[in-house]
Amino acid sequence: MPQYLALTYTADLDWSDPDQAAQMAEYADFRAAAAAVIRGGAVLYPTATATTVRVGGKGGDVVNTDGPYAETKEALTGFYLLECADLDEALAWAAQIPAAWGGAVEVRPVMRLGS
Amino acid sequence: MSRFTADLLGALTRDESTRILATLIRLTGDITLAEDALQDAMVKALTTWDSRGIPDHPRAWVIVTARRCAVDRIRREARRTDKEASAMALFDEREDPPESVVRDDLLRLVFTCCHPSLSLDARVALSLKTLGGLSTPEVAGALLVPEATMAKRLTRTKQKIAQAHIPYRVPADAELPGRLPAVLATVYLIFNEGYAASGGDLAVRSDLVDEAIRLARLLCELMPDEASVLGLLALLLLQDSRRAARVGQAGELVLLADQDRSGWDGEKIVEGVRLVGKALQRSPDRPDSYTVQAAIAACHALAPSYVDTDWSAIASWYDVLLTVTDTPVVRPG
Repeated sequence: MPQYLALTYTADLDWSDPDQAAQMAEYADFRAAAAAVIRGGAVLYPTATATTVRVGGKGGDVVNTDGPYAETKEALTGFYLLECADLDEALAWAAQIPAAWGGAVEVRPVMRLGS
Repeated sequence: MSRFTADLLGALTRDESTRILATLIRLTGDITLAEDALQDAMVKALTTWDSRGIPDHPRAWVIVTARRCAVDRIRREARRTDKEASAMALFDEREDPPESVVRDDLLRLVFTCCHPSLSLDARVALSLKTLGGLSTPEVAGALLVPEATMAKRLTRTKQKIAQAHIPYRVPADAELPGRLPAVLATVYLIFNEGYAASGGDLAVRSDLVDEAIRLARLLCELMPDEASVLGLLALLLLQDSRRAARVGQAGELVLLADQDRSGWDGEKIVEGVRLVGKALQRSPDRPDSYTVQAAIAACHALAPSYVDTDWSAIASWYDVLLTVTDTPVVRPG
């Protein structure tokens, strides 16, 4: 069955902050409801903790810079790996992720290598 | 090639190739492969029919030949086992598929080409190609896009359908309200591109207008109980009934008030008005925006002159339109 990565884009929140407990509970509800199709996932710390790595050509100098590659209002805050029959099913599940109404969810088909 | 063969093949291409293609896509699970196989079969028909005569059942001949061509192509390209499996499915189904299956195949094709996860531009291009049966250069020409750009757009669209696994299936009744607007908007945009030509030298591009009406008719055949589908066809017919009177001798647009109403197409008006009635009957409480716009167009179409138009009826329809336009009516960009 095809797999899809559902990337959550929301305000750049610190999910570890106790103030976010109510929202985290909503995500827990989604995880319970979608348990049969979720193959993985993670919540990310805010973009303030990010480091962007660039290398000046293969084997070249490594340049680490603070922060995400691009500053946007909505940041990548987490993801789920879903296994669904087709895109329609994946989109139906994505619509139930709380990020879909607090921000947006990008659904990307996962390429199968070497199958 | 004899003239007769060419004419017959031409008619077959227009009327039947969409149906054959829809079935081939289901059997092969691959739009490009199905298109190529159908193309192969048409080429074979040209040479075979010319030397051996036209078969008793040209359509069945093309279907069987296209399937063989698809199998040939799969074998030639067979690298993956799932492709071998689809070749077997093609062999299993030797009979001409029954009408109900062809109907469902066409619906599958409609809803796949007009899937909401595809951009409107992509939907328009793919619908003209697969449902309309136009070649890539024809689609490019109709939409005034360079051929290379159009070829790329079509390839990317088909890639997304394959890679994201957009399903080839008829939506359940409960899903229809969510899925139908994307289909109707696609056809309406094709019509508007022709009717209010945004590019090119002509005020009206008849090829696109005709194509949109053909697609709207196909939708009516496939979904005769959907009020919005009837409303869309009614709207297109009523607007198009003014085609001849809408453009002046110098190619300029003539306003409604100044049009010679004897130049309006009475047949289209009759059909359009009948369809508005049917659509309103099916959605008395909350007509969709296409049906309401068609009702407004019908008021104009039935008026003997501009001054004798039932303006109060039109005004009330506009009030209704305001209440139902939460479904976006797509305007050409």
